[in-house]
Amino acid sequence: MKPNNAPRLVSSGITVVRGSRRIVDNADLTLNAGEFTILAGPNGAGKTTLARAMAGVMRTEGSTAFDGVSLRHMQPRARARAISYLPQGHEFHWPMRVDSIVALGREPHADPFSQTSIKDRIAIERAIEATAVGEFSSRLITTLSGGERARVAIARALATEASVLIADEPTTSLDERHQLIVMDLLQRIAHGGTAVLAIIHDLALAMRFADRVVIMNEGRIVANDSPQLALTPDRIAEIFGISVNRVETPDGPLLLPSRAL
Amino acid sequence: MKSDSRGDIQGPVLTATLAILVAVLFVLSLMTGPASFSPRTVIAALFSDQGVASIIVRDIRLPRTLLAMLIGATFGLAGASLQGLLRNPLAEPSLFGAPQAAAAAAAAIMAFGLANALSLAVPLAGIAGALLSVGALVAIAGRRASLTVTLLAGLALASLAGAAIALILNLAPNPYIALEIAFWLLGSLRDRSMEHVWLAAPFMIVSWFVLAYNAKAFRALTLGEDAAASLGVNVERTRVLVVIGVALGVGAAVSVAGAISFVGLVAPHLVRRFYGSDPARVLLPASLAGAALLMAADIAVRLIPAVIEIKIGVVTALIGVPFFLAMIFHERRALEDSTQ
Repeated sequence: MKPNNAPRLVSSGITVVRGSRRIVDNADLTLNAGEFTILAGPNGAGKTTLARAMAGVMRTEGSTAFDGVSLRHMQPRARARAISYLPQGHEFHWPMRVDSIVALGREPHADPFSQTSIKDRIAIERAIEATAVGEFSSRLITTLSGGERARVAIARALATEASVLIADEPTTSLDERHQLIVMDLLQRIAHGGTAVLAIIHDLALAMRFADRVVIMNEGRIVANDSPQLALTPDRIAEIFGISVNRVETPDGPLLLPSRAL
Repeated sequence: MKSDSRGDIQGPVLTATLAILVAVLFVLSLMTGPASFSPRTVIAALFSDQGVASIIVRDIRLPRTLLAMLIGATFGLAGASLQGLLRNPLAEPSLFGAPQAAAAAAAAIMAFGLANALSLAVPLAGIAGALLSVGALVAIAGRRASLTVTLLAGLALASLAGAAIALILNLAPNPYIALEIAFWLLGSLRDRSMEHVWLAAPFMIVSWFVLAYNAKAFRALTLGEDAAASLGVNVERTRVLVVIGVALGVGAAVSVAGAISFVGLVAPHLVRRFYGSDPARVLLPASLAGAALLMAADIAVRLIPAVIEIKIGVVTALIGVPFFLAMIFHERRALEDSTQ
């Protein structure tokens, strides 16, 4: 495990062009060990595309390197062991058992014919415990609620035990309690030494949980700072078109959106 | 992870049961026909010279039995693989006309006298036809492989294959050839020789390896293409290999047995739940179930009292289509959601 705040995943000059539109425009972003980074921005800002580029699941201009090695020069399975990616939507196409789904996180560690090793079992057990999905680990995924599925999706991503975790909208469609549970979980994973990047729409959650907030707008990174410095009322008004109130609370400063501008 | 659950034991038991069933059906198939033999006679006739019995068992019944087993297994595996790739239990080679496309290409070669039925050109043409059909479906289904897009693309491709067959029948040089092709399109294992087996088997066996190689990719694809890619799966390569594998298997099968449909839909569906719906674990039992289904159907067509033997492709379609309708009914909610 690297010391906290050591850079793990370094992207520079990421550019994605579709037709005449620059979906991501020359974005530089570094994810550090032990840091919970939240990526925010209006719809269509290019957040998902940047996350996919950094996870190594799409080709882009620019470069991304894990511990100094370009993703282009890594075998897909080596990359998969280093970077765990949780796409948005939490797709589960077959009614598989929860523990089988969590075990999918170990695929990058197994060769085509090997059975699960003791190390795999321990990692799966740890992921199940961290996300508290153990009580329904033998149920079919199709029988779970949205909040339960979100936790299974995160458990699958955790089971890889990668040093980088990138999660695209892990809290979308969850009720407030489950949003808080998931955010708390991601924060704990980060503070355990993993470099975590999460795309989050809720600026209040970003303010509350992030170590660092990155804001994208029209393909560009327009802020990359501590939550307090990144999420100023002026910038939120300019980029998100809403007015917010900042309230000081025992849990730190909170943002309360009041109206659309 | 608890390993004491039912799912972990019932899978292997079912796989073994299916394997035994295939062996039993193999012997039954050699016993069944106008002259019925006892199991002992069949074994004796197979391994030693028993005169007429040996000729019937070795030259008439063994080829059709072997073909039923190989083709059934090929369709079962091809269906399970396409379903794994497209994450969709309704994906089936015949739903987008892959057997029909293979049949059209193979029929064209025969109709215009470019090659005889036992030439290597026939399976190669069948494979090429199937390749076009499967390749087009996977290309149109695209990255998201939505149920609606996949099924609509399949409908269009099946219609195209039907139109191609109609064109060949239309242009056939004489009515006798047209009739021959029409019967061949119905699918049959009757009057096949060991030469047919040797012609098609290598392609089918290669297709098994090509498809089985992707087992782990199918499992990861249950999380969608991005998540599978992030787990180290080369999704593009998987897509290409499945297209090639399905085309090799279906093309070769159709070129010796005609168009046989729906085995690839029914076989995986029958066994899936006993393997935790794991698309990798389903592959082997789906092939065994496919082999058993087609061998049973081929025995049935010999037992149905009729002046003209009912074609096996007709039997599988008669069983398969209502089964398909039942599955659509069952999947109705998913289908309705996907149109929104």
